[in-house]
Amino acid sequence: MIQRIRRLGGRGCDLLESLGRASIFLMQSAMGMPSREGLYLWLRQMHFIGVLSLAIVLVSGLFIGMVLSLQGYTILVDFGAEDALGQMVALSLLRELAPVVAALLFAGRAGSALTAEIGLMKATEQLTSMEMIGVDPLRRVVAPRLWAGFVALPLLTVGFGVVGIYGGYLVGVDWLGVFEGSYWSNMQASVDFVDDVGNGIIKSLVFALVVTWIAVFQGYDLVPTSEGISRATTRTVVYSSLAVLGLDFVLTAVMFGGLA
Amino acid sequence: MFVNFTGMVEPMSDTPFVAVEGLHFVRGDKEIFRGVDMTIQRGGVTAIMGPSGSGKTTLLKLIGGQLTPDAGRVLIDGQDVHRQSRRALFTMRRRMGMLFQSGALFSDLSVFENVAFPLRVHTDLPEAMVRDLVLMKLEAVGLRGARGLMPSELSGGMARRVALARAVALDPELILYDEPFVGQDPISMGVLVQLIKRLNQALGLTSIVVSHDIKETLSIADYVYVIADGRVMAHGTPESLDVDQDPRVSQFVHGEPDGPVPFHYPAMDFVSDMLSTGDPR
Repeated sequence: MIQRIRRLGGRGCDLLESLGRASIFLMQSAMGMPSREGLYLWLRQMHFIGVLSLAIVLVSGLFIGMVLSLQGYTILVDFGAEDALGQMVALSLLRELAPVVAALLFAGRAGSALTAEIGLMKATEQLTSMEMIGVDPLRRVVAPRLWAGFVALPLLTVGFGVVGIYGGYLVGVDWLGVFEGSYWSNMQASVDFVDDVGNGIIKSLVFALVVTWIAVFQGYDLVPTSEGISRATTRTVVYSSLAVLGLDFVLTAVMFGGLA
Repeated sequence: MFVNFTGMVEPMSDTPFVAVEGLHFVRGDKEIFRGVDMTIQRGGVTAIMGPSGSGKTTLLKLIGGQLTPDAGRVLIDGQDVHRQSRRALFTMRRRMGMLFQSGALFSDLSVFENVAFPLRVHTDLPEAMVRDLVLMKLEAVGLRGARGLMPSELSGGMARRVALARAVALDPELILYDEPFVGQDPISMGVLVQLIKRLNQALGLTSIVVSHDIKETLSIADYVYVIADGRVMAHGTPESLDVDQDPRVSQFVHGEPDGPVPFHYPAMDFVSDMLSTGDPR
């Protein structure tokens, strides 16, 4: 029994310690941007993290919008309320699905790649050799990736939302025959820019920070063996997904649940 | 004359360039160093040798300031490596070069850009001069023609030579070699041996070579430290080690399979082990 309590305490301490390390790591890396070269490195990472994630995010957005529209229609039509389809699709996407699903896809596509890339650089001593050359890898390797992730995910989320609403339009209006005017005008009347679009973007900023932070930290902190890299990559996806879903609940409660 | 880390010119002296004093280092439950003392003179090639797992690479990392000792200190040109701020340590490292076992070339940069990397981040030289310097360094290691290749296109020996060119790009005063000969074919091994010796003489470097390749290392070293069991087991010139009477030194230097370092991993008596029917492990 004592053993178990001791083990539990030990785990707690380990967890706190790694949280502390991760926070110091975040502080140190977040500061490393301003130089002109930093801008170039950031742009490069924007390409790898953002542009290359576009396809998966946009295609998923399109399908999710289409499914949402299809499911929504079958329910709304029972009440003769299919005119509210645009409102339903837009609100679900902007408030919840776009930030959350884009963040989950981002964790799987870009987060795991970040962890594996930084981990491999660690395993092949590239980070150590950079340190020995007198260049701080936190500024040179980690900071551009962290900032690129922080900027890229909110942009991807906006793309996801736009394409999703268009997907809903394709199914709802073109296929199921909802009146086009009511699809758009109901959406226009009920979506508030600050409350819905703004809060969705705030959510995606929080998710962007958390997912990228987890990904780069897992890469930087891993055991530099092939097994260590594979474990850290898995951890990135698992931790990011849980963090995104958990934080989404908290943020939703504060933003839309009347807790604020 | 030598220019020290603070940029002041001082006369050449007999004070050691690198001094390791009473170094203790523990990793996990294992005590890796139990009081290591070393002095490394300027301008020579000092070899640190020892069996695998004796902590040679760890020692280099302690000298380079990547690890912090549990007790003792490392002085480079009179300055304690582990009492520097992060910024001061990075400034100090500009005067050091390190050649890693794997070469550790940046995989997203070409050979040319890898060698240019230290020049670009630490100097404001015009592009034409960077080009000239990089080509000079690559010429010195015989790979000027390979400047357009990516690290993935190089053989192990070539990668290590490019890494050597990168390590000397800023004309360091001290260069640390981590197992430079491991896994090399005889030709690239010979090339590397020659390069280390020649660069040391031509550039007036202080070199520390960590290795367990006895023949190659002894052929270029001016002074040798043998470490085992967390301590310096022996030190001296290559000639004096060759005739050392200590059985542990003799076993290592002459590569005898059995001796004070046993061939067998500790186990129970062989006959009783064979006759027992218990746990298969």
